[in-house]
Amino acid sequence: MVSLNRNNFARTQDHPGVWEHRGEVAVTGWGQSPIDRRWDGESFDKTMGAYAMIAIRHALADAGLTLDDVDGLLTSPETRVGDTWAPRPYFDPPYDSEDGITLVSCEWIQKQMGFKNIKYMESNSPAMAGLMGHAAQAVGEGLAEVLVAWYPMGNIEGRYEQGGQNATDYARGNSVFTAPWGYQSGAQMNALMVFQEYCRKYNYPVNGGLAPFAVNQRRNGLMTPWSFYAQHEPYQITEEDYLNSRYVSEPLRVLDCDRPVIACAAFVFTTAERARDMRQKPVYVLNHATARHPGRSTMDVLAEHQSSCRRLANMMWEGSGLGPQDVDIFNPYDGYLTFTQQFLEGFQWHGVQEGEAMDFYKGDLRVEGPHPYLSSGGNNGTGRTRSAIMSDCIEQLRGQAGGMGDGVQHPGAPNPGPRQVQVRHETALFGALTPGGATFLMFGTDPMTS
Amino acid sequence: MPKQIPVPSGANKPFWDALNEHRLILQNCTNCDRLQYPVTQRCDQCGGDSFEWKEVTGRGHILEYFVIRDSRIRRLQGDQPLNLALITLDEDPGINFLSNLPGTPAGEVPVGAPVELIFEPIVPVENLDPACNPNQLIHEWRVIAG
Repeated sequence: MVSLNRNNFARTQDHPGVWEHRGEVAVTGWGQSPIDRRWDGESFDKTMGAYAMIAIRHALADAGLTLDDVDGLLTSPETRVGDTWAPRPYFDPPYDSEDGITLVSCEWIQKQMGFKNIKYMESNSPAMAGLMGHAAQAVGEGLAEVLVAWYPMGNIEGRYEQGGQNATDYARGNSVFTAPWGYQSGAQMNALMVFQEYCRKYNYPVNGGLAPFAVNQRRNGLMTPWSFYAQHEPYQITEEDYLNSRYVSEPLRVLDCDRPVIACAAFVFTTAERARDMRQKPVYVLNHATARHPGRSTMDVLAEHQSSCRRLANMMWEGSGLGPQDVDIFNPYDGYLTFTQQFLEGFQWHGVQEGEAMDFYKGDLRVEGPHPYLSSGGNNGTGRTRSAIMSDCIEQLRGQAGGMGDGVQHPGAPNPGPRQVQVRHETALFGALTPGGATFLMFGTDPMTS
Repeated sequence: MPKQIPVPSGANKPFWDALNEHRLILQNCTNCDRLQYPVTQRCDQCGGDSFEWKEVTGRGHILEYFVIRDSRIRRLQGDQPLNLALITLDEDPGINFLSNLPGTPAGEVPVGAPVELIFEPIVPVENLDPACNPNQLIHEWRVIAG
């Protein structure tokens, strides 16, 4: 029997039908590590292994569980601390592995923390949110009854992706068709080309149209007690700050980009039956769906990204039994602000249609208002955890957003906190990574199983 | 401008060899008659794995562009700001190529303008990788003066 893995967990069909495990899986705990930036190059006291252990302990405490309750472990090696960042080998002997340092395998966690009852374990799941779709499917299929999934993100010494092949004279492999002209990453560069096409088609300014969105993301992030900005740079940016920030690739500004951090979040997935007896109100998983746009040529174009997002949305509606009008909390990925509008328009959240996102951004996006867009603050507002989009969904549905949702790190925080939306908060939709390839999950306070 | 030097390998070697003869050739699926670029193992439309090489003129139009100001690629860092444009092929606009549009100042790209194929020599290095031709040409595009 083939075990559930990154290649076979996803629901990718155009007409998937209602998810066979809708409402049978719940998230009952989450935990967050400390968050900061860059090692000093000498000390290992902020390893991603340590942060993963902290996050897992907090998630279990949040759910009211012990290590012995857990029978499933799941994580991803896609921590973005690849060999394009720092020179390798990175550590001198006796270190013969970076496990526990720049990535955190299930085997490492099992050994370090002393999990004794594990029957399902997989260390090669995709990045957020594929990892979370994988977790939901694993519990749905009965591979584990109480599964902990954690996602570490790293930020080590040196400038991002300026090592490895990028520091050499050569383009190799598939990059022979892209790197000679300066192309590096789809999330940044392909999405930026599509953004330019988008602005031209819908007659939006390429400079400044995203400013209100960036400002609101920071505002939400500052209402998140554990976020990088709340902890380390606790001040609000203005639209003027945004417009004065430097270009990375014009018109992409540095404030359009998420800030790399060292952090880890962990989540407890369990069966709806087990969830009933746990400490927190269950957040039920109503569906997960994955769409990967195959790409015709060197770069995807606007029509392809729009088509892929429409397709993903249709898969989500059919699999969950819900529609655009039913989604209360909406947390699409925002690693670069230049692509998030594709998700907003594809899922038609609050009625936003193709070509309308920039007008929507000029309106009231605040969490207190009628359209609390990306109430998490996302990556842009909290730092590049990639997990805030999910933890916010859990907090909002519990009514704890921005307060002591994790229950451990900030015992003095109010509950609910300042980030709690004022509108209905019974369903939540989030996903990542890019319009060219993304997994989204739908959560609800009602399991919809009856 | 010193672009990174492409190292030809496997199925893409005929493509790079043809450039050195001032020819742009693309894979064409023998099953569904569809052009492919970049060089691939499978047709993006029918999944077929049988291709023939087909020469194209390379004439195209500028679909979009942006300006690289802080590249992660060391070889390009001395030439910033740098245009990065997306060129659609007139013979099949679903095929697109990257271009730095030599001769067009950074940020002054005429979107929608016609372009023509040119062949740009690599800037070689000492002890060149033996898989590379020291006279390798790279496909580039130039705005057609109008």
